[in-house]
Amino acid sequence: MTSLYEEIPAAPPADVPTRRVTITVNGDRRTLDIEPRLLLSHLIRQGLQLTGTHMGCDTTGCGTCTVLLNGRPVKSCTVLAVQADGREVETVEGLSSAQQLHPLQEGFKQEHGLQCGYCTPGMMMAAKALLERNPNPTEDEVRWALSGNICRCTGYQNIVKAVLWAADKMREQEG
Amino acid sequence: MIPVAFDYTKPSTVDEAVQALIAGGEDAKVISGGQSLMPVLRLRMAAPSVLVDVGGIAEMNGVSDDGDHLLIGSNTTHHDVMNNALVKQHAGLLAMTAATVADPQIRHRGTLGGSLAHADPAGDLPTAALALECVMVAQGPKGRREIAAKDFFVDYFTSALESDEVLVAIKVPKMGDGWGYHYEKFNRTAQAWATVGVAAAVKRQNGTITEARVALTNMGPSPIRASSVESALAGASASADAIAAASTSAADGTRPTSDLHATAEFREHLARVLTKRAVAQAAGV
Ligand SMILES: Cc1cc2nc3c(=O)[nH]c(=O)nc-3n(C[C@H](O)[C@H](O)[C@H](O)COP(=O)(O)OP(=O)(O)OC[C@H]3O[C@@H](n4cnc5c(N)ncnc54)[C@H](O)[C@@H]3O)c2cc1C
Repeated sequence: MTSLYEEIPAAPPADVPTRRVTITVNGDRRTLDIEPRLLLSHLIRQGLQLTGTHMGCDTTGCGTCTVLLNGRPVKSCTVLAVQADGREVETVEGLSSAQQLHPLQEGFKQEHGLQCGYCTPGMMMAAKALLERNPNPTEDEVRWALSGNICRCTGYQNIVKAVLWAADKMREQEG
Repeated sequence: MIPVAFDYTKPSTVDEAVQALIAGGEDAKVISGGQSLMPVLRLRMAAPSVLVDVGGIAEMNGVSDDGDHLLIGSNTTHHDVMNNALVKQHAGLLAMTAATVADPQIRHRGTLGGSLAHADPAGDLPTAALALECVMVAQGPKGRREIAAKDFFVDYFTSALESDEVLVAIKVPKMGDGWGYHYEKFNRTAQAWATVGVAAAVKRQNGTITEARVALTNMGPSPIRASSVESALAGASASADAIAAASTSAADGTRPTSDLHATAEFREHLARVLTKRAVAQAAGV
């Protein structure tokens, strides 16, 4: 059990109640006492020091904070951490083991699916949610699946190629 | 952006949720998917003292067949509404409209009940609910009551729900044989809100439109039925000309605003053009 009091930006007064939650993050079960107003994105970044999940717009628009909550893609800046109690969260850090890149990560490398890289974690998690439901998407389906994620560098072409590359690779591996 | 501190409770029944709302008084607020409420809290445009999270109430989840209508739990997400087999079969307009809401992430969290309770004039689902003549099932301190869609959307961001009432479920009348439907949404980018939207449901018999329902998004403080279009279409031939003629009155009686995205005048133009397109699609013309 860890207290997050020091880590959330607005330190709560002593009389603010906290909640004990248990959240499984990338396979690790964590029990934490948190303030109800803590955003899931802040829990992940400040509380758990998993800084792969980025914060971009802070207005539910850009999608770079996308994580999977029980397998569903969500914008973690718009979910309360208490709402993740009893659930599984997967962040971009959960994609690869130390030795092996995930096919999505390989795809982004092969197809040059990033320039500055700020949007990349969200793109990968939104793409992972797509490929889990639909292993063989069309280009159009990839584009709609990424419609909640904004990239200001690439013009999206190589991101779409990267996801299609990963889909091919994952089907081959299943294969 | 961090919300003002609040207390949080997660009841497991509707009764408990109502009790929590009564206990919390005016400052208590229901949270479901949080996709409209969280942005408001982060911007500190609201500062409730307690959030009552209805997400753990089993009764408020899922879709069931209830004879002449479907019963959709308020917590059913946009994603589940658009992919549900019963909804697609009996209330295709609702599934089609849910698919146009925001983006995949928001559709995985945002709920049908939350969207209706929020009563955003630019919301797509209130318009579909009005066209489908849905009935809202709400529970408060005095028990349950049913509110017809036409009485539910009262004003900008204001529904007929009292602050201590929970929207439990939505009754969606089944569209029988002969009905076609379409939701036509005009927006600037894939994930954007409707500048204007039109929901149409049309019943056809032997080349004639016997009944038409047309509802408009973002043409005033609440979704509104285009009743003069509906009466012009009733009994008209299901032809492009008849539909075009009827659609000219689509903006009658509306009160659109001017904003960053469009002037009121442009919205009136859009209402006419999108009505023509939506009705033609719904009528298979
Ligand atoms: C970037 C962005 C884009 C969007 N684009 C669109 C769009 O194109 N079209 C569209 O229609 N919507 C859009 N939305 C809104 C989205 O559809 C929300 O999911 C929906 O409006 C609210 O549902 P929710 O479950 O998230 O409700 P919440 O945010 O949890 O609640 C919204 C309001 O309803 C009340 N409430 C919720 N559930 C209940 C209940 N069961 N009983 C009583 N009161 C309740 C809450 O107290 C609150 O006032 C968008 C949102 C975002 C952030």
